[in-house]
Amino acid sequence: MKLFRLQKGTRERAIARIVLFLVILTAVMIAGSHIPLDSIYVDLENINHPPGLTHLFGTDWVGRDMLTRTVKGLSLSIWVGIICSLSSTVIAAVFGILGPTLGGKADAVISWLVDLTLSVPHTILIILVSIACGGGFKGIVVGVAATHWTSLTRIIRAEVIRIHTSEYVMISKRFGKSRRFIALHHMVPHVVPQMVVGTILVFPHAILHEASITFLGFGLPPHEPAIGVILSESMKYLTSGQWWLAFFPGVCLICVSIMVSALGKSLEQIMDPVTAYKK
Amino acid sequence: MYTADMETRQKKSSPEDGMPVFQVMNFGVSFSQYENGINRKELHVITDLDIELYEGKILAVVGSSGSGKSLLAHAIMGILPGNATIYGKMFYRHEELTRASIARIRGKKICLIPQSVNYLDPLEKVGSQISRAINGVPKAEKKRRAIEMMARYSLDPQVYDYYPHQLSGGMARKVLLSIALLSDCEILIADEPTPGLDEPSLAEVLQDFRLAADEGKAVLMITHDIQAAVRIADRIAVFYAGSTLEVADAKAFSGDGSQLCHPYSKALLQAMPQQDFLPLDGVQPMPGDLPEGCLFYERCPIRCEDCRCSRPQSRPVRGGKVRCFYAA
Amino acid sequence: MKRISVFIGKKLCKLLLLMLVVEVITFALMEASPIDPVTAYVGASTAIGAEQRELIAEKWGLNQPPASRFMSWLSNILKGDWGDSMIYRRPVMDVIRQKFLSSLALMAAAWLLSGILGFFLGVLSGYKEHSIIDRLISGYCHVLISTPAFWLGILFIIVFSVKLHWLPVGLSVPIGVLQSEVSFADKVRHLILPALTLTFTGIASICLHTREKTIEVLRSDYVIYARARGESGRSILHNHVYRNVLPPAVTLQFLSFSELFGGAVFVEQVFSYPGLGYTTVQAGLRSDMPLLMGITVISLIFVFSGNLIADLLYLVIDPRIRERRTE
Repeated sequence: MKLFRLQKGTRERAIARIVLFLVILTAVMIAGSHIPLDSIYVDLENINHPPGLTHLFGTDWVGRDMLTRTVKGLSLSIWVGIICSLSSTVIAAVFGILGPTLGGKADAVISWLVDLTLSVPHTILIILVSIACGGGFKGIVVGVAATHWTSLTRIIRAEVIRIHTSEYVMISKRFGKSRRFIALHHMVPHVVPQMVVGTILVFPHAILHEASITFLGFGLPPHEPAIGVILSESMKYLTSGQWWLAFFPGVCLICVSIMVSALGKSLEQIMDPVTAYKK
Repeated sequence: MYTADMETRQKKSSPEDGMPVFQVMNFGVSFSQYENGINRKELHVITDLDIELYEGKILAVVGSSGSGKSLLAHAIMGILPGNATIYGKMFYRHEELTRASIARIRGKKICLIPQSVNYLDPLEKVGSQISRAINGVPKAEKKRRAIEMMARYSLDPQVYDYYPHQLSGGMARKVLLSIALLSDCEILIADEPTPGLDEPSLAEVLQDFRLAADEGKAVLMITHDIQAAVRIADRIAVFYAGSTLEVADAKAFSGDGSQLCHPYSKALLQAMPQQDFLPLDGVQPMPGDLPEGCLFYERCPIRCEDCRCSRPQSRPVRGGKVRCFYAA
Repeated sequence: MKRISVFIGKKLCKLLLLMLVVEVITFALMEASPIDPVTAYVGASTAIGAEQRELIAEKWGLNQPPASRFMSWLSNILKGDWGDSMIYRRPVMDVIRQKFLSSLALMAAAWLLSGILGFFLGVLSGYKEHSIIDRLISGYCHVLISTPAFWLGILFIIVFSVKLHWLPVGLSVPIGVLQSEVSFADKVRHLILPALTLTFTGIASICLHTREKTIEVLRSDYVIYARARGESGRSILHNHVYRNVLPPAVTLQFLSFSELFGGAVFVEQVFSYPGLGYTTVQAGLRSDMPLLMGITVISLIFVFSGNLIADLLYLVIDPRIRERRTE
């Protein structure tokens, strides 16, 4: 309804948010991958240092600087998140487009696969897949990708069905346009934005699951500088009062996850011409 | 319980020149809108509206789609969303109404009869929604009265335990009417009561409103259907671009329309199938860009230079009211 | 009635098929694992020689081909025998029964609390849309959605156990006390923090959903009409908002069994709470195949019953669906 159009600058604000978050996330990634591993050195004179000016996030029981470890861990998390969400999008795109296009049995099988994946708690499935892959980086990526393709598949499938049965595609077919033309001019413009946004929205789940599964001991091995590893180690020192070991890395992880989902939502807002004018 | 009260009332009220039960003067509604993200713009959905309702009389407000009549009922009841601005004056008998006082008489003295079954809570039984209109009596008594009222409109007692989705369109209309009549209201506002009805149901609905009016209620019927309006209304107001252009006796809307004063009313009559079926060129102005002068200026066959820059006020002509400099 | 029994019958067939497929997949995944179950069981210790390893492997039947092992496992299940857990050395079903009951206490408490709190916060937030209260509540929910359950648990330990000393750090029983001597009060004390953690993570989704639904109902035609009838804000809340928002909220809460179970795994791990989630992690870390297969089936049934109850509830609560089904 035109009567309730949105306030000024929503689009501009969304773009500003996207740029800001992209800059922060890229900075964390670059910083993390440029910190050499030996800068996280053992410094036995400065062990269990509470947060302060010299060590913003404090130091751990062998004197390693927690800020450096956290940034390193976050950049690893972001990498894992990117790979996980891209791979689940690929699965979702293949299933979501193939299902309605092939139709019949194939479509039913794909729907049933979605049900099957959702029938067991994600956590259990990721643990099983991770064990099958022998743990580590590969285990996490395959596990998260194997569990997170379902919702996006449903969205893409519904969208493809909608386009297939829509009047403008029917008309296009009557006018004798080729399948290639229809795919390029009608499918791609609708499905691609959904996929981009879907990929970004899977991302926070992916990094949270990565940290969680690693925390349980199924994910990245203990020598990796992952957030899950840091948090899992911190458990041993909680009772002796070293709260900062768990607090700051966790807060940073949550911030990254919130930033990515805000980024996805802003992108959704400016990409979709309909929601672009909603508050 | 009804009739005694009614008779006294009917004696008191004389047909036209008595005191209106409900009156709306210079009434307007506008919404704020941002254009290009920077300029705030007022959308005048209803402007300079005058309405008078009398006991025992039916006033039909007739307007085509886009005239703003869908907001009229909600605006009068004061139930528009928060971003709407309302101005003008409203009177209930002698009392001038404010936003707070209209809330007090809402549902009690002044009742809305909405368009469709969608206005009933889908998960609440019809009976309990009907009996909420009655206050201050025990539950059993409420049910008794509700069923009695439903019987008046030939609704089966078991409808009391139905859910809204089980009602047919006609039944839903009767239920909504029962709710309005069960509350002790004096003013009925019916929002589009007739769309999509076949002839027998239409006759029935119109009969129901006539009956309510004959019992002493003041009825405002908002509709796009002139024919239906002519059949039951005492007076008809022609609604155009958010304002009433002419209020005239219903009888004036018959024959060749020579009784009508405003050029738009005449055009409306001529556009009816049993008349000349003549369409009128042009479109109504949008709420965002109303002309400075007469609202009908663009399409008017008798316009003059004055009409372009100043808007005619409503003035009495031949027992009705007209907004036109040249109508006679 | 007949309709409902046919409905449940169909669902049960679906469940059996799911169970079979899930078990095949679980088995295949465990088979594919490069981790040697014997090594996972005995640890890296070198004290155990190759002969002993061979003995263990033979006892577990690891030397037979996978297909025949799966078939013998399946035929045993049909006889009601789920095999023995490798790490607990007890029948799988015994272990699961005991652990599941203790998890159930945790999950039930969190499920109820998060449902009730989430619902009322959601209604409040939606009713006061755009107010400060609304912003606080939905802000809290958006942050919580991005918070891993286990980290929230760690935060609670830091605050309530380490700093304030109000509640014990973990374990469902005090150290050094025999299982049989643990009092009910102790059990409850050790349940509070895990249950709270699970509650807090569970609130977010139900609260946000209820908020959206409340806003939708408040903008509906029937609430506009209710206002036209002179109903007050309170009356609208009681007569229309609760009536229309509660059924989908309850249904959603039953559909969330999967997240509840997943959350319990992490929370139990953080608090060393000896429930099914903790056991899952142990079984996974030490490649206890029979136990893992049992747990997968139990979690499947758990999630499935949540979905089934949600379906049935809709049949009972919503007159529109009820009618369509019984016609």
